[in-house]
Amino acid sequence: MIFENHGKVERNVTILAVLTLIVVMIGGLVQMVPLFFLENTIEKVEGVRPYTPLELAGRNIYIREGCYTCHSQMIRPFRDEAERYGHYSLAAESMYDHPFQWGSKRTGPDLARVGGRYSDEWHVQHLMAPTKVVPESIMPSYAFLKTRDLDMRDAAAHLKANRAVGVPYTDAHIENALKDLKAQADPMGDPSELESRYPRVQVRDFDGNPDRLTEMDALVAYLQMLGTLVDFDSYVPAENRR
Amino acid sequence: MASRAKRRKHARIYRANSYFRTGANVMTAFFSAGAYLVFGIMSLFMIATATSAGFAIHGVIILIACILAALTTLGRVKPTERDGWVVPEKTDGGYYDGVIKAGVIATVFWGIAGLLVGVVIAAQLAWPVLNLGLEWTSFGRLRPLHTSAVIFAFGGNALIATSFWVVQRTCRTQLFAPGLSWFVFWGYQLFIVLAATGYLLGITQSKEYAEPEWYVDLWLTIVWVAYFLVYVGTIVKRREPHIYVANWFYLAFIITIAMLHIVNNLAVPAGFGPKSYIVWSGVQDALTQWWYGHNAVGFFLTAGFLGMMYYFVPKQAGKPVYSYRLSIVHFWSLIFLYIWAGPHHLHFTALPDWAQTLGMVFSVMLWMPSWGGMINGLMTLDGAWDKIRTDPIIRMFVAALAFYGMATFEGPVMSIRSVNGLSHYTDWTIGHVHSGALGWNGMITFACVYFLTPRLFGAERMYSLRMINWHFWLAMGGIVLYAASMWVAGIMQGLMWREFNAEGYLVYSFAEVVAAMHPYYIIRWLGGVLYLVGALLMAWNVWMTAKGRLRDEAPLDAGQPYNPSADRPLEPRPAGALAQPAE
Repeated sequence: MIFENHGKVERNVTILAVLTLIVVMIGGLVQMVPLFFLENTIEKVEGVRPYTPLELAGRNIYIREGCYTCHSQMIRPFRDEAERYGHYSLAAESMYDHPFQWGSKRTGPDLARVGGRYSDEWHVQHLMAPTKVVPESIMPSYAFLKTRDLDMRDAAAHLKANRAVGVPYTDAHIENALKDLKAQADPMGDPSELESRYPRVQVRDFDGNPDRLTEMDALVAYLQMLGTLVDFDSYVPAENRR
Repeated sequence: MASRAKRRKHARIYRANSYFRTGANVMTAFFSAGAYLVFGIMSLFMIATATSAGFAIHGVIILIACILAALTTLGRVKPTERDGWVVPEKTDGGYYDGVIKAGVIATVFWGIAGLLVGVVIAAQLAWPVLNLGLEWTSFGRLRPLHTSAVIFAFGGNALIATSFWVVQRTCRTQLFAPGLSWFVFWGYQLFIVLAATGYLLGITQSKEYAEPEWYVDLWLTIVWVAYFLVYVGTIVKRREPHIYVANWFYLAFIITIAMLHIVNNLAVPAGFGPKSYIVWSGVQDALTQWWYGHNAVGFFLTAGFLGMMYYFVPKQAGKPVYSYRLSIVHFWSLIFLYIWAGPHHLHFTALPDWAQTLGMVFSVMLWMPSWGGMINGLMTLDGAWDKIRTDPIIRMFVAALAFYGMATFEGPVMSIRSVNGLSHYTDWTIGHVHSGALGWNGMITFACVYFLTPRLFGAERMYSLRMINWHFWLAMGGIVLYAASMWVAGIMQGLMWREFNAEGYLVYSFAEVVAAMHPYYIIRWLGGVLYLVGALLMAWNVWMTAKGRLRDEAPLDAGQPYNPSADRPLEPRPAGALAQPAE
């Protein structure tokens, strides 16, 4: 029966290759395709918005430095994690994340809701010399971020690429990318336009040096917005909605 | 006179034919050089428009590679005596082993490099001052360098080299398109260099084990298609009716990795620069990534390496594979079930529960084909178990299979949601991965290197079998220290995170748990050092064997004696003989 007929497969590399391809495609299709249609993986939650150009630049620094190798951004629905990190993470909170940053390892703590937990000054000091604020820390120093000007040349190109993969940036977002980027780190300017495009945006000088727009500004701006977009006092999980 | 005219006519036909052959080769050479020229111009464009140092450095690396490749290709074209051009073919009718020799050397080289970076980052976790305060040497940039170097550089070179060895021997024919096989080899090394330098320069997609950016991914795709062509081409021109089981596994590895690589890396670049944005987002991206990530384990580190197992274990033991039927069941069930297991990396996350449950159930089922494969490998030694005492290479194969069995039992356990709730995010996962990587992938690769080196360099045996013995025990000691320390540390870490006191407060701050890990990080580092020292012994042993030296030492069993005259392709059948079985 099967074993006798298997001889045919063993003598014909085309059949072998095609059968193999079919067999290895099934699992992925069954698991992945529904995620693009199911309510709880594509639902929109009040407050979630695309990143500002400055936050996006900070996120790219987070990725560049490999922060994800030690920090997760995915809080599981456990009592200890709720206590330590806050409300469990929702799918919608990473819907504009290309790629996702859930991570796989907690050599350091989860950062999904680190936004607003510490002051900007704490973050700057911690990134420059982690053990000065957390003596047990084994995190490397990222002091060089403080002295390096942020590369802003392609601010619009980054938003455009994100729009191409599905993030709802409008023409206004893209046209004003560079202006918005600078405005977010400028406490003296008028942030009203920026705020109209990016609700709940935090506008200030993040790195303690208002004369320069550094990579530290961008990274701290990103860290300070993490997990702050959804208001969990008013959020009702889908299964509890009536 | 008639016979002389006939001879002249034959000579003319022969010349015409050989002109056609070499003419085609000359065309291929010029065409390849032209392709390198196009890539070279593209790299100039990269350098000219680069807005970051990293992108410019990559442009320079690609440019140098293109110049070297074009010069080498054109250098092979020689003028003939009569104003023509030929590419002289070097062939003695044997198997095409030059590229395999290069592959074994690359395997040893990248193995040492990858293990060394591993030892460095392990030390950084114990003594953070070793991050040196420099961006290029911080843990976050070196960790992908370590994982890619050991998986893709060490493991990948081992897979390519052994697959070329195995496919020729089991098909009893020479490699299809030997020139293309060299392109696969050097193209793959370029991929490794671009990936590795990219991480150091901060060019990364941040998708674990798929960190290289879009242009490096495109390059790997080209190389992989060439690899597929060489591999399948060789199977097509085989002189054996059956495709041997090792080739099924290698073929599944090549096909599935192509599928995973393309889907997981679909991205849109931001302008003409190194940075791109993955088309998938959030929860969809997470599942795509771990569908890829777990099957990089399943097809790169398992299916491909099972291909090695199915050829080299029987060869070294001098016994046929234990069960042909088991190998059929093993193959189809393994490749079908593995693909489903990805979601076990996403337990209790925002991924829907049904997908998590599917991932868990299939991971537990996967235990069976995994152990089926282990049994097929181990039972091949049925009747030859005494060799474990005398033949250090067989001992490495057996240890590899034992670790394969342990890791594929531990994996299903950890995929159970309640266990995973404790183990996820901890160093238990790291311990699990390394018992598989160091025990299974490392040991079986070392054994294959020891099998291939004397045969490739025309030596009677390895320079020193006693050194293989030392390598075995150093590696064993290293794995025990590594896995044991990470198990204990990981479980401790998970328990400390979730410990509440009687008043309902968390007992430990995160920083206190970090401090508690310190001694275990040191033990793990020591384990890594032992493993690296073992690999350095191997490098020395391979080097001396390549130089044709034999160490004067008390003899050990060197395994099956090598007979070069039997290790040859089958001669083509004379015209009129029975046709080959239909392809």
